[in-house]
Amino acid sequence: MKGNEAIAEAAIRAGCGAYFGYPITPQNELIAWMACHMPEHGRIFIQAESELAAINMVYGAACTGIRAMTSSSSPGISLKQEGISYAAGADLPCVYVNMVRGGPGLGSIAPAQSDYFQSTRGGGHGDYHVLVLAPKSVQEAADLTYLAFTLADKWRMPAMILGDGLLGQMMESVVLPEYSTADTQTDKDGWTVGNMEKTHRQAHRISSIMLDPEVLEKKVRERFERYKQIEAEEIRYEEKNCDNADIVLVAYGSAARVCQGAQQLAADLGITVGLFRPITLWPFPYKELERIAKNGKPVLVVEMSMGQMIEDVRLAVRDRVPVSLLSHTGGVIPTEEEICGRVRQILKEEKQ
Amino acid sequence: MKKIFAHPASLIPVQTKYCAGCGHGVVHRIIAELVDEMNMRERAVITNPVGCAIWADLYFNFDSVQPAHGRTPAAASALKRILNDHLVICYQGDGDLAAIGTAETVHAANRGERFTTVFINNAIYGMTGGQMAPTTLIHQKAATAPNGRDPSVPAGMGYPVRVLEMLATLEGTVYLARGATDTPAHIRQLKTYIRTAFEAQTAGYGSTMVEVLSPCPTNWGVTPVQAADIVADQMIPYYPLGEIKNTLPDTFRSRTNGGAQ
Repeated sequence: MKGNEAIAEAAIRAGCGAYFGYPITPQNELIAWMACHMPEHGRIFIQAESELAAINMVYGAACTGIRAMTSSSSPGISLKQEGISYAAGADLPCVYVNMVRGGPGLGSIAPAQSDYFQSTRGGGHGDYHVLVLAPKSVQEAADLTYLAFTLADKWRMPAMILGDGLLGQMMESVVLPEYSTADTQTDKDGWTVGNMEKTHRQAHRISSIMLDPEVLEKKVRERFERYKQIEAEEIRYEEKNCDNADIVLVAYGSAARVCQGAQQLAADLGITVGLFRPITLWPFPYKELERIAKNGKPVLVVEMSMGQMIEDVRLAVRDRVPVSLLSHTGGVIPTEEEICGRVRQILKEEKQ
Repeated sequence: MKKIFAHPASLIPVQTKYCAGCGHGVVHRIIAELVDEMNMRERAVITNPVGCAIWADLYFNFDSVQPAHGRTPAAASALKRILNDHLVICYQGDGDLAAIGTAETVHAANRGERFTTVFINNAIYGMTGGQMAPTTLIHQKAATAPNGRDPSVPAGMGYPVRVLEMLATLEGTVYLARGATDTPAHIRQLKTYIRTAFEAQTAGYGSTMVEVLSPCPTNWGVTPVQAADIVADQMIPYYPLGEIKNTLPDTFRSRTNGGAQ
């Protein structure tokens, strides 16, 4: 399956009850899969008139407690930020996918990682975060999509899958997760709208407006207490050969995939290259990376952007070890040889 | 003794934040009465707009959702698709519906989404302090049209938008009516329109919208009585009252015959 299709099917299996999308390359297979298969399962599919409409349909749907989702690519995700900020402000769980392409502006349709800041710092207006999961393979894309719905519900907040055009278009074999049988709507009865007659409860009011500054500050602080808990419980990452490495690569998603090849090339030359791959970009695995930096080996960040994650890497390792950047942007993908060459250069300079 | 008049259960008995002479209170009352009469209080959801009526959730005693400015028709589309046996009311003002949310309004109507929009047209942005709205009348003064709305170049402020007439061309719309709150007779007629729209919704027909010509004395800079006169003398001639479109079966048609035109 293509990455886009695997994400769509995993979402259906996770119990996504409503999907709203708008066409944009390179995520079009995702919306097409949903158009075909959501109605087969008796679920809701709407092709919206814009990304703005799609995310606000997600907002409306999430208010009922149904698992709701949208997907897009960079320019479309910029448009969705308004709705994502509202969802964060109203504590609504939802899932969205960004198959990142080269930017800024209309940019290119080739794979990029230049939406890292937007993704990990909230993205829209106001103080908030969203959960950010960054898969490196089609299998992981399916697994993390399934997980994203669980985490969004658990923490009552938006969760995003941050991929890129490479992941979305790449075909790999995949073992799909089982169909979820969990009743995810009933768990939310305490705050959702609709079906008041079931329990004759008081009216529920879902809103992000709090005009009293003290009330709003209290609400935001409560949300940030929850974020602290998430930082303690939900960090996910992968590390390979980091403890005995001559140099440690830090990369996520497709860039990490290329780094794996570079690791092998370097191994053939007798160089041990470690790879640290954050899977959750928010929350970012600062402490785990800091621990690795204590080995004193240089760090090379490989990113398909002008260097965005490198800021988090520097926050993690501080000035313990030298941190350098191998960057491509606009949709250019680094090669294994290029990374391996840079590794050799850094190690050579270190000896001098 | 039979009780023939009471405060609606769907309306919380509190004083509203709305100004004296504002139409929102009247329309809230009509909606609450109808929700009670249709016995839908525990199966009703209203979407509150960004604007003065953002406070609607303080007043309606049923579930509410507050989406982004102009995006209420998108949120209401999803709500109604999921809660398809509920009464979904999309409450919007003129800036919300006819400026920032035009695309959402047109496309929800075109899809024939089965919620009812109650569209408050007071020809001005109320909450933000009297700026020009898409429905502001020609020559009407506003904070952003200090010399009055002038459609000619170079001012180029455009013309007041007749939303219902525009939406009437769409296949997805089945009932579009325009009422006003300036007189008791018009208020009674308005209630009939909103009732027809709500009943068409619960019967499963397409997109329904009732526009309300509603006074805004504060931002028009006049007294409540003068504001009612402005609705009668200036708004109604430009925005004709009545059923602009009704393709519902005859059973719906008969009840709204007559009344204010």
